[in-house]
Amino acid sequence: MNGDQVMRAHSATLPAPTFSNPAWVTPKPLAQAKVAIVTSAALYAVGDESFSATDTGYRLIGSERRDLIMGHWSPNFDHTGIKIDLNVVYPIDRLEELVQRGIIGSVAPRHVSFAGNQPDDLATVRLDTGPAAADELRQDGVDVVILTPV
Amino acid sequence: MCVLAHVFEAAGIATIVLSSIREMTAKVAPPRALHCEFPLGRPLGRPNDAAFQHDVLARAFALLDAQSGPVRVEHPEVIEADEQPVACALPARFDPNLPPAVEEARGLRKAYDRALARRGVSSVGRAITADEVPDALRVLDAIVNGDDWATAGIPGGNTVALCHDIRTYYEEAALELVDGPPPGGRAMEDWFFERTEAGATVLAARAAIRESGAKFPIWFYMTPGQR
Repeated sequence: MNGDQVMRAHSATLPAPTFSNPAWVTPKPLAQAKVAIVTSAALYAVGDESFSATDTGYRLIGSERRDLIMGHWSPNFDHTGIKIDLNVVYPIDRLEELVQRGIIGSVAPRHVSFAGNQPDDLATVRLDTGPAAADELRQDGVDVVILTPV
Repeated sequence: MCVLAHVFEAAGIATIVLSSIREMTAKVAPPRALHCEFPLGRPLGRPNDAAFQHDVLARAFALLDAQSGPVRVEHPEVIEADEQPVACALPARFDPNLPPAVEEARGLRKAYDRALARRGVSSVGRAITADEVPDALRVLDAIVNGDDWATAGIPGGNTVALCHDIRTYYEEAALELVDGPPPGGRAMEDWFFERTEAGATVLAARAAIRESGAKFPIWFYMTPGQR
């Protein structure tokens, strides 16, 4: 198996929380919606706090920032794609193009980055930092988020 | 990501996950997921391909039309991680008194500087700076040749962060030296570990640290797990 196949096979065996009564939101029409990116690439802007190896927090990224550093600690996935083109992980320019085309209403002023390598129980992101980040985006009037994993 | 989708949806924000692990997505069942069998680390599939990235986003946003969920759709295209190492010239050796990896790292410095000038940012710096990469390789070479890793003076004090910085220095430099289309998902990793003196040194140092009885996290995450 190649490296990706090994990682996918391993990840498929990891414990996964279940949600017995999941929420469902019907958003406003996309052409009126404010869209944000949430990524697990541990991206942070130059000058912001980097991610530690066991970081369960998040960083907010201003929509104008392109000087982003990949702070993820795992050596088990490709780190070069994002250096060739930020949008392959964090499609900020694509979203701005969709606004210009009238496909989406607007791009959120802030986006959110977590580190994908979380403790197995995911308790902090599920109960603390995840809701806190969602609240930040809600304050910005975000209607839709697109989540990009690495 | 799938867990966060539930969290954000519960906060009143509609979510769409670009799924990368099919089984995990099936288990956690986020409200809307577009499964993308693309190289890990490239959830939009192809760097420098805006049309393809827009295709991914269009398919993702289309999931918002569903009236109930969970909704899980597969992107029709599969992109395999390229297992062919990139073709990237490496500096010639001149000084037989230096460990090969040290001289090699010095020789890549101008390419690294060009990468930094072009991109404006570098991910080197978790444990060491670019200036310290050659000396870090000298320390790893000494470990390979018998020095005790615990007293060798690991720069930055963290083997995993150190190896991240060494590999990142090489990969960022190499991106300045390869021509043609962007390298595939594993092509640069394969180049680093299979073609460079630094990659060989990291692998050998990892083996030496493992054999010395060091704890698992100290050596294992110095390289990808399958190495």
